[in-house]
Amino acid sequence: MLFAFGLGLAGLLNPSQIQAFLDITGHWNPAPLVVMATAMTCYGIGYRIILRLKKPLLVQNWHLPTQSKIDARLVVGSILFGIGWGLVGYCPGPALAALAFGRIETVYFVGAMLAGGAIFQFSRP
Amino acid sequence: MSTFLFLNSFLGGLCIGLAALLLLLLNGRILGISGIAFGLLSPKPKDVGWRILFILGLVLGAGLVGKVAMDANRITIQAPLAHLLIGGFLVGYGTSLGGGCTSGHGICGMGRFSKRSILATTCFIASGILTVYVLRHLWGG
Repeated sequence: MLFAFGLGLAGLLNPSQIQAFLDITGHWNPAPLVVMATAMTCYGIGYRIILRLKKPLLVQNWHLPTQSKIDARLVVGSILFGIGWGLVGYCPGPALAALAFGRIETVYFVGAMLAGGAIFQFSRP
Repeated sequence: MSTFLFLNSFLGGLCIGLAALLLLLLNGRILGISGIAFGLLSPKPKDVGWRILFILGLVLGAGLVGKVAMDANRITIQAPLAHLLIGGFLVGYGTSLGGGCTSGHGICGMGRFSKRSILATTCFIASGILTVYVLRHLWGG
């Protein structure tokens, strides 16, 4: 809930604002940059502190990413994601959260997004 | 940038960062929405509950902020249906292939100084910018 609240406060739930952020040669909206920088910094500081604990509070283990290889999947996947993001102005978080606003466009997007994720998983043994 | 806009962006960013830290502290996990959501597509036992709760929280949180801190009626989605479907698909497939999205790679990954995340974030921001450029400035505007 806190995450979505932050998204809304920061204006990230409005796809046109996100596209404006990506429109660096047009009417540029710099706000998401401030949001990301703030969130990243806040997280970076807290991350080091929290990881000093032996384990998380509610579960037994840390479930942190273990991959360290930089490979084609990472790059290609990210590029594809960026295209989809630019086309609409939604990424997964805001898209799901925005379902709360009841716009049919969001439903279409989320549906297609889940299909994309499903097809990916289906295509891997 | 107006002070109001800056303040909202800053506070919003703080909320987001704190939320991510909360998930880390409580569940030991990275707050990457694509990972959290798509993990539900191939559910594993005992791994479902927290995901559903999280997504529910996302929607409720948006509902709350829509009433309290933003005008949900002023949201503009300019994308036509074709873009929504293709874009949605690319976001779903791309984040799965690339291992994360703006929250997972962009905030958590970069916050951890992960090289993979820095590269991923650079890639999707670049392709996002390029896409919007083509869309708005080359393709008939």
